[in-house]
Amino acid sequence: MRSAVGALIRKDLLLQRRTPEAVPAMVLFSIGTFVLFHFALDEREVSGNLASGILWVTLLFAAVLGINRLFVSEREEGGFDGFLLAPVDRTSMLIAKATLLFLFLSVVEVFVLAAFAILLLGPSPWGPLPELTLILALANAGIAVIGTLVAALAIQTRARDLIVPLLALPLSVPLVIAAARACAPLLTEGGAGALEARWLAILGLYDLVFGLLAYAIFDFLLEE
Amino acid sequence: MNAVFGRGLKTLSLITVALLVGAFAMVFFYAPNDADQGFIQKIFYLHVPLAIVALFGFVAGGVYGIKYLRTGDRMHDLRSYVAIHLSLILAVGALVTGSIWARGSWGVWWTWDEPTLVSFLIVFLLYACYQPLRFSIEDPERQARYAAVFAIIAGAFVPLNFMAVRMAESLVHPRVLSTTGGSMPSDMRITFLVSTVAMACLFITLWKYELASKHATFRLRALKRRLADGEDAWTPNPRRSAAPTL
Repeated sequence: MRSAVGALIRKDLLLQRRTPEAVPAMVLFSIGTFVLFHFALDEREVSGNLASGILWVTLLFAAVLGINRLFVSEREEGGFDGFLLAPVDRTSMLIAKATLLFLFLSVVEVFVLAAFAILLLGPSPWGPLPELTLILALANAGIAVIGTLVAALAIQTRARDLIVPLLALPLSVPLVIAAARACAPLLTEGGAGALEARWLAILGLYDLVFGLLAYAIFDFLLEE
Repeated sequence: MNAVFGRGLKTLSLITVALLVGAFAMVFFYAPNDADQGFIQKIFYLHVPLAIVALFGFVAGGVYGIKYLRTGDRMHDLRSYVAIHLSLILAVGALVTGSIWARGSWGVWWTWDEPTLVSFLIVFLLYACYQPLRFSIEDPERQARYAAVFAIIAGAFVPLNFMAVRMAESLVHPRVLSTTGGSMPSDMRITFLVSTVAMACLFITLWKYELASKHATFRLRALKRRLADGEDAWTPNPRRSAAPTL
């Protein structure tokens, strides 16, 4: 199983290296969204709740782009057939794709956080960086799991690009609530506030519940 | 396949009608007017049962989804579909009555301070995608399987979402079913319980009617097809639909 997961991840990373598709698009989209927020809100600098909200809405919309592309190569180039013919556990596809989405999001966030700090954010995000990293990692895990499920559900439908955002946005509401509320005190002007443990608990619970659920039902999405 | 559908429906319908009439009679003639809110508070006996029954219906859809994935029996898919479909209709009712109540007692059509209403909207938005998802999958077997997966994910999402939203908002929503049993006077509580049971009966009755009707349609279609066999009759493909076909 471990070798299957490794092979799948290597395959996708190789694809991304040869024709970078998802990550640059997500970064560009996020920066474009920041510019839009600047003009739409008519703010030169944001902080606190507003900053946290802008960051999370942008990251979530960028993630939807990545989720949309997650299984496209499998679908279009017959990767599903090859995978189903291989004598490996089907859950390895879930683990590989969720890990990949997690990696994509993490790379995107490095650029997006830097761009956010330069373009829009008032207070520096580098002071509370460890806390921010923790929140981002927990939220990424949730988005990765739910994103993989939604992508696998939508890829076989005729209206893929419609189904993904329609399903992914309501499903990630608890994630956005917890992540945005947790980030807000960290991005406040004049010294970062304390991190509230209950939001981390919500993020962790979300990851756990949907992680187990995905593990239990993902096989049914690949059956032929 | 050959089980008789619709057995006992007449009794169930009569019980439901009696309970509904009794519940509304109790709401208007037995339950006292609320001291703060007056008459508008009586919408509570409609709003809360609608919401509770809709949520249970959503979760029931998830349970039938699990059953379908375990057994592959298409009847479970049909049960899951009808439960979610009906719950969606009740959920619209709950949102509308909640909005009217908010307008009546707080003067606004919508308030973000009320975690239960907000969670309900999110759950509604999620389940509103159930039919489009089904509709966009052509292969009936795959449609059933994916719909079951969706029903399970969404069923697990319902309690998690309520928790997160409740933590995020201040708590102004009246908690009628709190751990202490609420602060309702007993005549109000009895009326509320009767209304909830009546609403649950209404849901089950409608669910059974819909199942019986769908099943009759499938049987009729199968019989027609058999009749048309032999002759060189052309049977049109049934229209693609979000509803399951057997």
